[in-house]
Amino acid sequence: MEFLNVFLKSAFIENMVLSYFLGMCSFLAVSKSVKTAIGLGAAVIFVLAITMPINWLINEYLLGPNGIFGLDLTFLRFILFIAVIAAMVQLVEMIVEKYSPSLYNALGIFLPLITVNCAILGGSLFMISREYNLSQSIAFGLGGGFGWFLAIVALAAIREKMRYSNVPAPLRGLGMAFILTGLMGIAFMSIMGIDPAVYMKLK
Amino acid sequence: MAEVKEPVKQEQESWWSKKERKLVIDPLLDNNPITVQVLGVCSALAVTTLTFKALIMAISVTLVTAFSNLFTSMLRNYIPFQVRMIAQLVIIAFLVTVVELTLKAAQYPMWKDLSVFIGLIITNCIVMGRLEAYAMANKPWKSFLDGIGNGLGYGAILIALGIVREIFGKGTLLAGSPFELKIIGPSADFLLNTQNAWLSWYAPNNLMVLPASALFLIGIIIWIQRSMQPKLIDVS
Repeated sequence: MEFLNVFLKSAFIENMVLSYFLGMCSFLAVSKSVKTAIGLGAAVIFVLAITMPINWLINEYLLGPNGIFGLDLTFLRFILFIAVIAAMVQLVEMIVEKYSPSLYNALGIFLPLITVNCAILGGSLFMISREYNLSQSIAFGLGGGFGWFLAIVALAAIREKMRYSNVPAPLRGLGMAFILTGLMGIAFMSIMGIDPAVYMKLK
Repeated sequence: MAEVKEPVKQEQESWWSKKERKLVIDPLLDNNPITVQVLGVCSALAVTTLTFKALIMAISVTLVTAFSNLFTSMLRNYIPFQVRMIAQLVIIAFLVTVVELTLKAAQYPMWKDLSVFIGLIITNCIVMGRLEAYAMANKPWKSFLDGIGNGLGYGAILIALGIVREIFGKGTLLAGSPFELKIIGPSADFLLNTQNAWLSWYAPNNLMVLPASALFLIGIIIWIQRSMQPKLIDVS
């Protein structure tokens, strides 16, 4: 039940992109067509879901005062987290290349770019500051990735439709993408602050 | 014109010529990291609710960009191509940790406010983007200037957003710093006019505190910039 709660909360109510505005760079740059947006979104789900529990274990058993070293090494957090993320992205790239060359070709350059997606590192840092446990952090990784996926596919679909409308020339493309994201963010605000746990207990 | 040890290079390279000046000034407008290169948008949205926050973030990012450019450029011939990402990230993460610990010591309340976002400078696309695009192929001093220029271009947008959002959203300017001013709203102490509040009818606009307003403002900045410089308009 707790797993589902964190999943729903991180996917819809506290959406990574539309509520916290993380991972904007690739969100704005890769949302020109739905096809590439789906590829990038899937890769983000995958990397988030893997790195989140690994970073949780590292933080708990390596860096924390109760870990193997028995020292408070939390100042090493950034370096270790980003190293894990970079290594995982490299690993994912190699696995995908070996077992599914067609998917690898479809993702292309976007796969290595995930390393510098703020949503990945931001997710790990939020996980620490919210003091999630292991199962919650797995749910947070899956849910956050799913929310990011939904948001980028939605924006790509809107931008594909926008091509047929008469936008002022200086706003075309990038400018309109910013304003659209702002409007989507405001729409998502209407469900902010809802706690799914309350509804699940009622039933 | 500073002294250069090798006499051969003296004609070609000086420390501060037109080319170097262009490196610093270009990213402020024509090649702005946020509005033209679309790098580093995430933090521009989250930290610009207060001008002082935006100012601290701008300084941190400028320092990190400049020094990571410098160090990467120094090491660029020794980093193997396959592991360059990890090597760059370690340099950036080291610098960000230094900035974070300094901020924690010097400005504790601000550090608490910014905590996650200072860490996110590591994945700020400006830093990584400039490393890949410039520092890996250029000499240390030029890369350093390029880092300063891009940091300042980013900072300029950040501070502009911060000023607009703070004045219209909260009615203050530089709140949280020693120079706090209340500019508009019911109890303005603008200038010496404390008796008659200046613009006392104005109620703070909560929309300006939300991240969405930063997206609208950046959209408007892009609109203005592109209508002044039509060569930047998207043709597709």
